[in-house]
Amino acid sequence: MRLDLILRVGAKLVLPFILLFALYVQFHGDYGPGGGFQAGVIAAGMVILYAIIFGVHAAKQIAPPAMVEMMVPLGVAIFAGTGVASLLLGDKFLDYTSFAHDFLHAHEWGILIVEIGVFVTVCGTMIAMFYAFVQRGRS
Amino acid sequence: MIGNPSAEAFVMTVLLTLLAAITIAIARQRNMFGVVILTSIYSFLMASLMIVLDAVDVAMTEASVGAGISTVILLATLYLTGSMEYPQRRSVAIPLFVSVVVGGALVWGTIGLPSFGISNAPIHQHVAPTYIDFSKKHDMPPNIVTAVLADFRGFDTLGETTVVFTAGIGVLLLLQGGWRGGSSRRRDDAEGDDEI
Repeated sequence: MRLDLILRVGAKLVLPFILLFALYVQFHGDYGPGGGFQAGVIAAGMVILYAIIFGVHAAKQIAPPAMVEMMVPLGVAIFAGTGVASLLLGDKFLDYTSFAHDFLHAHEWGILIVEIGVFVTVCGTMIAMFYAFVQRGRS
Repeated sequence: MIGNPSAEAFVMTVLLTLLAAITIAIARQRNMFGVVILTSIYSFLMASLMIVLDAVDVAMTEASVGAGISTVILLATLYLTGSMEYPQRRSVAIPLFVSVVVGGALVWGTIGLPSFGISNAPIHQHVAPTYIDFSKKHDMPPNIVTAVLADFRGFDTLGETTVVFTAGIGVLLLLQGGWRGGSSRRRDDAEGDDEI
């Protein structure tokens, strides 16, 4: 057992709240400050803090590199797919009006989906970059 | 954020003075570890400044990217490169001259800008009133920043997301040195070390 008990216990206390805050920033972006980008960076920061305290190997259990690398293009696909979906529904690219019966609801849904796309790409990119830097020195 | 204008001016003066002091310290520092930590402090001060300016979104981004993740990545880089800068042999006269001239030109350029925080500046006359009126008329989400980013200017944000994607792919290709499933991945999985 290493002598970083305080760091480990402190990190374990803080980590869930960091993730919760990321989700809050993500889904409360319509009303408060924040959005997909900030939430993605905060969630990536949680994984990176976990990797710093408990080791990269443990972090790769919760965020496998294959999944993280998949997230990088997936978010762009979600975002662009939303635009294509609105095209197919007969509107302009990224005009969400046809997503629901009500104008307001349709745009809330559109913003929500698009922000999830931003979240996925940003979070995946940050974690993948961190993994790339960390594993660079070992080869 | 702060009600009293003179208190706000005081806080901003203190923060800007600290920013200037840290910039000089970064320029004079030869130990790269110190530079990284000072850059992190710079980002935190910048985030505080953004909160004073009521730009909480920017403050969150600055605090999490500038002070958080980029500091971690720079420290990971220092682990690879070593942390002392080689002593400088060339003269500093020309870089100093270029910096002073560019800085002077920027300060000179600010004279032509509208005064700080004025409501009839051109930036507030162009498209912002349309966004605000439209949001109010259709009862859109109260945070207009989100509505502007993801709805009114969704195409811009798609471009920004693509920039993040492209940058991430570029860094991964450079650092992992190969296509996925290549030798670097397998070697890493086999090793499974748990210390950074």
